[in-house]
Amino acid sequence: MDLAILGAGAVGRSVADLADDYGHRVVALADSTHAAVAEEGIEADAALGRKEAGDPLGSHEPEAVFDAPYDALVEATPTTLGDAEPGFSHVERALADDRHVVLANKGPVAERYDELRELEAASAGSVRFEATVGGAIPVLSTIEDCTPESVTAVRGVLNGTANFILTRMAAEGLDYDHVLAEAQDLGVAEADPTFDVDGTDAALKFVILANVLGGGGFSLADATVDGIQDVPGSALELASEDGRTIRLIGEATREGVRVGPRLVPENGALAVTGTRNIVQIETREAGSLHNSGRGAGGPETATAVLADVGRLD
Amino acid sequence: MADSVPDEEPGDAEPDGGVRAYTVRLELVDEPGELLRTLEPIADHGGNLLSIHHERGNITPRGHIPVEVDLECPPERFEEIVGALREAGINVIQAGADRYGEEVNVILVGHLVETDLSDTLSAIQGTDGLSVVDLSLAAPEGMDAVSSARVRLAVDAGRAESALETVREVAEGKDLSVVEPLLGGGE
Repeated sequence: MDLAILGAGAVGRSVADLADDYGHRVVALADSTHAAVAEEGIEADAALGRKEAGDPLGSHEPEAVFDAPYDALVEATPTTLGDAEPGFSHVERALADDRHVVLANKGPVAERYDELRELEAASAGSVRFEATVGGAIPVLSTIEDCTPESVTAVRGVLNGTANFILTRMAAEGLDYDHVLAEAQDLGVAEADPTFDVDGTDAALKFVILANVLGGGGFSLADATVDGIQDVPGSALELASEDGRTIRLIGEATREGVRVGPRLVPENGALAVTGTRNIVQIETREAGSLHNSGRGAGGPETATAVLADVGRLD
Repeated sequence: MADSVPDEEPGDAEPDGGVRAYTVRLELVDEPGELLRTLEPIADHGGNLLSIHHERGNITPRGHIPVEVDLECPPERFEEIVGALREAGINVIQAGADRYGEEVNVILVGHLVETDLSDTLSAIQGTDGLSVVDLSLAAPEGMDAVSSARVRLAVDAGRAESALETVREVAEGKDLSVVEPLLGGGE
């Protein structure tokens, strides 16, 4: 397939880098200011090299991407809340042109799912978004394989930064601020970790899951969200006295979405350590399935994008 | 003709995380080593001991000591544990969900002392079918700072969700936060 990639952050770059290995061709790649466009395929390495050197990635305006002869748009611009712009308009444009869309950007499917599905219904293109939930972990495709109707709930850990902080707090008996600073030094937490530690990032993913289970109807505003900022080391200590620990757990059902610090068995499946993610998919007839792995990262998320591209048609 | 291989019976347990809390009531002979003899079959069969109430002041007419053991284990192991206790000659008076339906652990976080912890607990306990069976307090930065308390509640069967609602309400009234267990999923 011929791909147009919007967004040249860690995910967009990795998709451009790996597309060839997966049998696809990148005909356009854009960041927020410039685009490289070539019908016969752009030279991704060269374009990314220019960007790295501080030069424009290509000689076109970003909008030129939509004029390229692409089959699928990879939307990998940063997630935005509320109107989910500019990501939503990008998707709208591609669907209006009857092209497929593969999202790594959570905004459109978390905040405007119903509108998105309407646009998709009117288009010859389709929308896929495996990469928006759990990075490399096949979550949505697992639900799709179970058929969403037979899945009753999805629970788990879908934010590696918060999980890393809680793991370190429990292991070292350190307080939140101390471990957060350490996580920032290690590059595990961003300079502004707000959305990771206040539960927003995890909530977006569970909202997407609730939309998939319930056929839409949810946005971030419908989620009950608590973060980990106020979990003291002493709470983790008490939990461990009792064979338990605390994790930032999300739950998505057809009734709603809830994210917050919860007590789970210390040796239970959901108590993954470090930046690892896990989802527990509860099914009506077949008990629970657990998928665990790397929930973030450029190449990890790019594999989910490219797997989606492979599922198109 | 090949023999058919019967499917494994999965039971209703999640072998990797689906542990549940149980209460076992025993009567022990008043002899050295009796308590230890009781705990071994529990541990040997994968039970995790949560607490032991050894009611020495409450000796039965036959001279036995009532002991209440709270443990957690996967549901399919529980019968094995009770069986092993009986096999070891231990007098099991009551086992399982007969007395307390469920146990629920919560952690309260905030200015617990300033907001009168014992009043908080009575407010929680004042609700039907809900009793505080255990409390553990951690205040590493002193009683004036933010502290944490682990509260173990015994609730009637099927009432865990409403018990948590009660805890949530009481905590909200005192500006405390609650770390709740994950019912249905991890517990």
